[in-house]
Parts: sequence; C-alpha cells; structure tokens
Amino acid sequence: MRRREFLKRSTAAAGTIAAAYVIPARPARGQARKDTLLTLSESGPNNLDVMGVGTNRPGYEASWNTHDRLVTFGVKKDPNGHDHYDYTKIEPELAESWDVGDMSATFKLRRNATFHDGAPVTAKDVKWSFDRAVTVGGFPTFQMAAGSLQKPEQFVAVDDHTFRVDFVRKDKLTLPDLGVPVPIVINSQLAKKHATDKDPWAMEWLKNNEAGGGAFRIEKWTPGQELVYQRFDEWKSGSLPKLQRVIWRMVPSAGNRRALIERGDADVSFDLPPKDVAELAHEKKLAVIGTPIENALNYIGMNVKIAPFDKVKVRQAVAYAIPYQKIMDAVMFGRGKPMFGGPAEVSAPIWPQPSPYVTDLAKAKQLLAEAGLPNGFETTLSFDLGFAVTNEPLCVLVQESLAQIGIKVTLNKIPGANWRAEFTKKTLPFIANAFGGWLNFPEYFFFWTYHGQNAIFNTMSYQNPEMDKLIDAARFETDPKKYKEEVEGFVSIAFADVPRIPIFQPSLEVAMQKNVTGYRYWFHRQLDYRQLAKT
Amino acid sequence: MLLLRRLATALPSIAGVIIVTFLLTRALPGDPAAYFAGPAATTQAIDEIRHQLGLDRSLPVQFLDYLGQLARGDLGTSLSTGQPVLAELLTRLPASAELTLLGLVLSVVIAVPLGIAAAMRPGAPVDHFCRVVTTAGVSLPTFFTGLLLVYVFYYLMGIAPAPLGRLDVFSSAPPHWTGFYLIDSLLARDLPTFGAALAQLVLPAATLAIFSLAPLARITRASMLAALGSEFVRTARASGLSRRRIVYVYAFRNAVLPVITTLGMVFSFLLGANVLVEKVFAWPGVGSYAVEALIASDYAPVQGFVLTMALLYVLLNLGIDLVYGLVDPRVRLEA
Repeated sequence: MRRREFLKRSTAAAGTIAAAYVIPARPARGQARKDTLLTLSESGPNNLDVMGVGTNRPGYEASWNTHDRLVTFGVKKDPNGHDHYDYTKIEPELAESWDVGDMSATFKLRRNATFHDGAPVTAKDVKWSFDRAVTVGGFPTFQMAAGSLQKPEQFVAVDDHTFRVDFVRKDKLTLPDLGVPVPIVINSQLAKKHATDKDPWAMEWLKNNEAGGGAFRIEKWTPGQELVYQRFDEWKSGSLPKLQRVIWRMVPSAGNRRALIERGDADVSFDLPPKDVAELAHEKKLAVIGTPIENALNYIGMNVKIAPFDKVKVRQAVAYAIPYQKIMDAVMFGRGKPMFGGPAEVSAPIWPQPSPYVTDLAKAKQLLAEAGLPNGFETTLSFDLGFAVTNEPLCVLVQESLAQIGIKVTLNKIPGANWRAEFTKKTLPFIANAFGGWLNFPEYFFFWTYHGQNAIFNTMSYQNPEMDKLIDAARFETDPKKYKEEVEGFVSIAFADVPRIPIFQPSLEVAMQKNVTGYRYWFHRQLDYRQLAKT
Repeated sequence: MLLLRRLATALPSIAGVIIVTFLLTRALPGDPAAYFAGPAATTQAIDEIRHQLGLDRSLPVQFLDYLGQLARGDLGTSLSTGQPVLAELLTRLPASAELTLLGLVLSVVIAVPLGIAAAMRPGAPVDHFCRVVTTAGVSLPTFFTGLLLVYVFYYLMGIAPAPLGRLDVFSSAPPHWTGFYLIDSLLARDLPTFGAALAQLVLPAATLAIFSLAPLARITRASMLAALGSEFVRTARASGLSRRRIVYVYAFRNAVLPVITTLGMVFSFLLGANVLVEKVFAWPGVGSYAVEALIASDYAPVQGFVLTMALLYVLLNLGIDLVYGLVDPRVRLEA
C-alpha cells in the first residue's frame, strides 16, 4: 500500500514539475524568438573598445554596432544580387552633411542625436574621440594615419554641432578612413568620469563598458561566452533597426555550430569553414552567402633574398607548377575566386585579378633548367597552423606537385601565436599566407606587400624601384587615365617578377535561416545588425 | 596535526609549480605582443604593445613582479578576454566543478555496482558486459563521444537541448550562491531553471562518465575479487553470515580503499578531459579558458589555471587522505 501511494504521489509531483517547466517557458520563448536574432561564431570580443590594446576582430563588431561614426558607406548589389557596401559612396551617419574644402572638411552633426545615457552628442565628443584615436598608439593610430589623420591639432570643434578636420596633405583616403571602425564617437563626458591620471583616455573602463550612441547598446557581456545587444530606440543616425535584441553566442566547435544552424536553433552562423559551406549550400535548407573578400589574396610567397628564389626563372617555374584547380576543388570546395589562368596582358586597374599562370609542368621544368637547376632543389614551405583547415591540404598539394619537377619540399607548421613573429623576421624562404586590406585600393595593397619600404607584409622582401615609383604615384594620383596606367604597370611587374603567386581570393561565408534578410557584406568582415531582419 | 603536516608537505610543490609555470609560459614559442598587435600592425606598434605588457623587461624582474601580484591576490589580466584572471577563474571554476562532479557521480553510480556484480559472477554474461563497456569507454576519446552524443541526441533525435553551454539562450542564470546552477536554482526554488540546467548537463556529464567508467569498474571488480577470495570472507561464510552482509560489509569495505585512490586519480584526469568536453559543448569552464589562452600565448590565464589546478590537487589529495582515515582505521593509527 505504502509503496503504491508513494508511486502515485511521485508521479503527480513529477507531473507538476514538468508542467511548471513547460507552461511558463514556452510562450515567452516563442515571443522572444521572433524579434531576437541568435548568431554564432567561434570566438568573441576581448575588448569592447576598438581603440583598445590588442582588440580582436569580433571586438570591432561590438564597437561597430554600438557606436556611430561621422560617415558611413552606401550599398550596392554584388554580381550575385546580395547587398554589398559601396566604398565609392560616402553617406551620412552622425554627420548629416559635410563640405570638403581645399585643405579641410567641415561636418554638420545631427542636432537631435543622443548617447545611450541620453546626453546630446556634440562636436566636443567627436574631437575627444578622434584625439584619442591618434594618441593612444598601436593599431587605431596607425589606421588613422592611413587616411593622413595624424595629430589632435587637425580636429576642431567649431561649435556644438560643427566639426572640422584640417588636412595635413590632400589624400583621397581621408574621407573613407572616417567610415572605418576606428573613428567612433564616444560619450566623452561619461568616459572622462572614469579616466584617471595614469589612464587619461579611460582605456580600462571602456574595455568592459560601452559609452556610445549607436543603434545597439550592450545589455550583457560574458567574455568568451556571449554578448547580448538591445536596440537603442532613440537612435537618430539612420532608420531604426528591425531587430530588438541580438544574442551572440560563442561556440568553439565547428561541428556544433553547424548542427545548431541546421536544426534551426540559431539564425546566423558566421565565418564557416569551406567544407561546411559547400555542403550547406548544396543542401539548400539555409541561405548561404559567400562574398569574395575585397582586396584580399591567398598566395604562395617566395623570399627573393634567399637562393634559389632570387632567380626570377625559378619563381616562374614554381608558379607554373602550382596545382591551382586541384586546390580550388579539394581544399576550397569551389568556394573562393580563382586568381590564375588570366589574360597574358593586364588590362584593368583592379586588384586582385587573375595572374596569367596555369599549371604547366613541362614549362616549369624547362624554366627550371634555364635557371640552371635542371634537377630541382630542396626547400621548406611554412604555413600558419591557425588556419590549418585550408593551409595544410593546400601545402600538401603544392608539395606533391613540386616533387614532379624535382623540387623537394619539407612542410613546416608554425603555431598561430608564433606565425606573425616568424614571418616578420623574413627568414622563411617559402610560405603560404594571406593578406587583406580594409581600404579597397590596389595601391593600398601593394604599398603594404610589394613596396620597397619593406613593410612586414612584404613577406618576400621584394624591392624594385620601378614598382615603388608606380605605387607612390598611384597613391596620390588624381588623373584617372594616369592612375589606370600606373596600377596596370605595377600589377604587370608583380606578375612578371612573381615574388608572390596568387592562388585565390578568399570568401567571407555566412549561413542564415531563410527568414533572415538584409545581410550586407562589410569590408571589416563582421556582421552589421542594423540592416538585418527576421520575417 | 595530520592535516597540518600534510599541508606543509604541499608547500614546496606549490612553490615549484609557480616557478615552472612562469618559466614554461615564457619558454613557449610565440610572441604575445605580435599576436595582440593585430593583423595590420607595424613593428613600432608591436614594440609599443610589448612595452605596455611589460615584456621588454628582464625575466627576473618579470618574475618578481609576478610574485608581488600573487601576494596581493592578483593573477593578472587575460588579454584574450580582457578580464582579470582571478574573477574569470572564480566564475568558471563552478561550471567545471559542477560538470566534473556530476560526471563522476554518474560514473560511480554505474561503475561500482557493475564492478561488484562482475566480481560476484566472474565469467558470467554480466562480467563480459562489464568488460565490453569498460573497453569501449576507455578507447573512445571524449571529444568523439561528445560529438557522437550531440549528433545522435540533439541533431538526429532532437531530444537533447542545443549544446550551447550551461543554459539555453532564453533562460537566465539563477541568483549566485554557490555558482553551481543545480544548487542555486533549487535554493531559489526555480524549477524551470533547474530543469534547463540539468538538461544542458546531461550530455556532457554522460560523456565524462563514459570515459571514467572503465578504471572505476575494473578496479572495483579486481579488488572485490581479491576481497571475496580472502580468508576473512571464507571465515564469514563458514560462520553462516548472510550473503548480503558478507558482500557489502566485509568484502566491499575492504575493497573500497583502492577504489577511492582510483577515484582521486580519475577526478584529476577528468579535470583534464574536461578541456575537450568543454570545447565540444561550449561549456564556460576553466579548461576551455586555459586552452584558448595557451593558443594565444596569453600568459596570465595559463599561469592562473595551472596554479589553481595545483591547489585543487593538493586539496583533493588531502581530502582523499582524510577519507582513507575514515574508511580504514589503520591509516589513522599509523599517522
């Protein structure tokens, strides 16, 4: 009897627990789900302040969505009909209008714009923020300088709603550089409250706290786990976003990110490995958008200061021995844009563009013989283990192919944390690597990677005065005809001398549920929630 | 007395751990300054960051700095999450501990009865079953078991919740008392949250349990076999004591010592196995924290993690020694 009664009671109790669990949870969940976007990525921000020390790329995303900049970029359709930011169209964000004079630009700020705490946005805040960007050093200062924004004296708060930038030189990158993630407008009154003598720019406080006036505010941030955004309903610098909340969860395992999006539990999964993307796109249950990353290139680099890569014929031989198509099929699963097999003559001032090289082992052998190395040589091919998903199979294919023309390649895997330190030394003879520039100008890419100033991204230690002259001229060129000649000139030299062999232009891949609309590709390669919506 | 003496012997090992972790993290390849300078840094920017991080000073000076900070209870700041290491470890440790303990309890509940049953009928089907289960459990790596469980129970069958950490996206954490969500939600009388937290725990805990089942079941079986074959059991049998009393009171109590030792060992390598399980289930524990820091050459969290683990082991060993005393009077007498 007793046992039976116990059983009866416990079943009833279990029933109540289950009911308590199910009933309040379900409706609230349905409601929340409709206007909340759940997005996944492998890692999250380490700092909410884009001007912080060592802020990572996810950190740019947090900063981008919670702050306004003076200007932003327009939108166009890419060849596949997806939204793509347009670097040729500068549009108002916090500044409603501006005048570009001969040696200065004057911005009129929106009069009704406020920060998240309700304080009005004034030109003083803009000045404080820009002063901060050019003073704190490191990446933000460097990025500002790329647009000739170099010292605090250049920034003038004329009155509460008028702000002027004085130029140190005429530079076509100055205005676009005000639309990149660095020159955000910070609530200076709020930030100054948390500044100390040792830390006048409130770097410590802004690391964990946001003091912006952007379309979203941060509701909760648990580093390494999740970041929750809430829409800022008083936002005036654009049309109000459709999403009320965005939950951004960090899921380290790629397999689980895929399971979550396939099961429909997540709305967006960002920056996926090529194999997953190819399979998801094939299954057609989700919207998968891959956008070629502007001004970015995966390449094989040869150090021209190290024999035998100092001989141009050896470099050309290697370029003819790369198994291009195999790499596209077996490593990239058809994602990414091939950058080989192009016309023999360069005829457009664009970058990246396909090189004239194709896989031609007979020609490679002949070139190698002409260079005096008919029996090949031995070398080491290094790559970054941080990107082993694509790097490792790519390098194995290259190794296999080069063996056929007598070049014996040993693979050298370098851990992610060590990679930059290693290639900065420029002692690696032969590497697989990638480079991308935010600002979409060929001469900007070449300035960092081919110019004789020998910046760290010139991993080939390539120096050619003729090319330098063309790059420098194109940087400040105003005549479109001359500009075309200059760009085509340095691209032709890059192909003929081939210190780096272009392979493909990588893609930025995102998978979404079909009810998510408004995805836009941005040069900073992070999500902008302001345009996204769920239907 | 025993307690104090045991604690004193732990001091040199802790000092050793501090020195070794300090040197090891510095000896690792990789330049944190270059890593944190970001993708478009100049050499000058890298140098600035190196100076800000204090990495341009000599090793002994860095070590003294580190000791000073330790004395103040400051474990430094993680560069990859931007937070103080101590605070992060304190919030993450309960997550790991809750998972590991539940996995261990699950494993003991299955392994010990299974081992006893196998020892009582050697060669019978239950013994073979025990052998198959333990061999399978120990030969499957945890990340594989974890992914397999997620694939079957979440992706295919849809009965397990999404592997998204300690709570699903739309539940919020219970008020903080112990940091163990199961306990905190009960204290707050919040059954829905308890259910949600438990649902998230089931798969990762099962993964850990499958992995740790093998050593526990095998050692239980072996030591039970030895105990059952010993003379005092034969005497007990001859005296006509009940089978139940012989098995549980005489044999099992004597067989339990090696099981406790193994339990201690299993607990320590479960904390290690946790790293992979945490990765698979996006579990916000200390293991995944340390691995991510290691990949980024982020010194402070790695040092903090190793130090915390060392302290944990010391406490664990101490606890096991004390339990020995309870189970086996001889240990108390010798001490």
